[in-house]
Amino acid sequence: MSHRNRQLQVSSLARVEGEGALRVVIADGQVQSAELQIYEPPRFFEAFLRGRQYSEVIDITSRICGICPVAYQTSAWLAIEQACGVVADERITALRRLLYCGEWISSHALHIYLLHAPDFLGYPDAIALAANHRDLVERGLRLKQAGNAILEAIGGRAIHPVNTRLGGFHRAPTRSELAPLAERLRAALDDALATVEWVAGFPFPDVQVPIDLLAVYHPDHYAIESGRIRSTTGLDIPADQFSDHVVEHQVARSTALHATLDGGRYLTGPLARYSLNFNQLSPLARQAAQRAGLGPTCRNPFQSIVVRAVETVYAVEEALRLIADYVRPDPAAIIVPPRAGVGHGASEAPRGLLYHRYELEADGRIASATIVPPTSQNQAAIEADLRDVVAANLSLDDSALTALCEQTIRNYDPCISCAAHFLHVSVE
Amino acid sequence: MTAARPRVVVIGVGNPYRADDGVGPAVLAELERRRPPGVDLIVADGEPSQLLDAWAGRDLAVVVDAVLCDPSTPGRIHRTHLPDLLPGATASTHGLGIPDALRLAEVLERTPHELVVFAVEAADLGFGVTLSDAVAAAVPAVVDATRAEIRRVLGPPSAQASTDAGAGNATEFTAAS
Repeated sequence: MSHRNRQLQVSSLARVEGEGALRVVIADGQVQSAELQIYEPPRFFEAFLRGRQYSEVIDITSRICGICPVAYQTSAWLAIEQACGVVADERITALRRLLYCGEWISSHALHIYLLHAPDFLGYPDAIALAANHRDLVERGLRLKQAGNAILEAIGGRAIHPVNTRLGGFHRAPTRSELAPLAERLRAALDDALATVEWVAGFPFPDVQVPIDLLAVYHPDHYAIESGRIRSTTGLDIPADQFSDHVVEHQVARSTALHATLDGGRYLTGPLARYSLNFNQLSPLARQAAQRAGLGPTCRNPFQSIVVRAVETVYAVEEALRLIADYVRPDPAAIIVPPRAGVGHGASEAPRGLLYHRYELEADGRIASATIVPPTSQNQAAIEADLRDVVAANLSLDDSALTALCEQTIRNYDPCISCAAHFLHVSVE
Repeated sequence: MTAARPRVVVIGVGNPYRADDGVGPAVLAELERRRPPGVDLIVADGEPSQLLDAWAGRDLAVVVDAVLCDPSTPGRIHRTHLPDLLPGATASTHGLGIPDALRLAEVLERTPHELVVFAVEAADLGFGVTLSDAVAAAVPAVVDATRAEIRRVLGPPSAQASTDAGAGNATEFTAAS
């Protein structure tokens, strides 16, 4: 992503802090406001893309997020291919889904083990966790590497895939090239199941958020790389109608944007996917969820770590299934002739629904770009949670309050730098 | 058949869409133009587990990154060298960049044998796709210094031109394949 925590301390040099800010205003013992700045919406990229060729969009958008480049590429190619009036065939779509599974596995494993588990176990960061439980962190890194192996085999690189393009791929792997990948994934499935069991035992406060949930839905399988958009309010729309229902408002006195779903607050991400599409998880994943104490829906943000672990089991299994059924696409990419028009794309990034819209000129130049990331959409929900958490913990000192706020934010796995400590809290 | 990993890796850390934060990738792009044989070139965004994967077990890892200093001299280059990073050894992270990744690497025994960090002082880390003049001017010096580190560990390059893309990174794709 565009932000990166960079802490460099060399002799007299200054430390560069993480780029997150929470401004809390308290009056008469009441929290008046909690304004959160943890994510910069990709306005720079929307502007930068104007005037570029449609064929460049895939490479450029992959730079918006270092952890989920495939998500950005996917929502982009869905939108542009729609604008150009083409649809990728089943084989290319299946290979795209396999690539995306790699990203889910990698991103979820990273978040669970290196970012979130330390919070529940009382460690300040993953380094402290690793010092006492090296085998556990090794398991997480193994799992992440299994995801990376998919990204490298199909995307050409673990970050910023280079083998992807509009219409498909520069080169599709052969079945024999995918065989060693399947071996790794079979081992990874054990690690993924062990992960669900492990996180299921964490201490979870009993919190239920009565909030609308929004996710992509696909009739054939648990939605990842494409589908319609559904909500717990009964919405069932194609991606084209996203902006009719999701509107971003500028928040007064802040650069933040709050998104509403038909005027109401909502959440996207693992809890939304799980609660809306539970029946489409594999039997093994559903069983793991049930053994972990989850029902068919989950509205406890603290248990999102369990949902991510369940989704990791699913993604590993799904990757194995896709490899077993794999037929090499030939050609590796369909032709995407430019034409004037508008296209929309929605896919499920690890963090939630990622929406892209592009308007193309007849010669393929981008006239306008709209990118709505999941973390932007979740801004209001995260702030509401933080207001409640701060209000209930005003007696804590600044550093304890900051740590609690960071943990609360991590429930949402925001697209922010991967540092353990990224937040500046100022209380007035 | 699995080829052994190259003994040396150069890791350019940074985001080319954040102005001077792109100095790491810029140095790597220059190295790619006249690719040193037997060396992996990797662009990274600083996420620790990726750095561990990239540098674990190497004889030498050279990391190029941007740093914001106060007071600031944009374009100034700082070199930090951690020799003898044997498993179990504790190296002080004072005077070094990327502290979190290195601490995690030490705990998990995934360090390179030697780590050299070139940190280039940045003028601007806002959104943008170009390096500031001072930082751009530093790139050739960092490239030369990196090549010198590689020569120190691997010996001088052979007389043959080092354009074989297969010599280092085995996972590259080109549009032609």
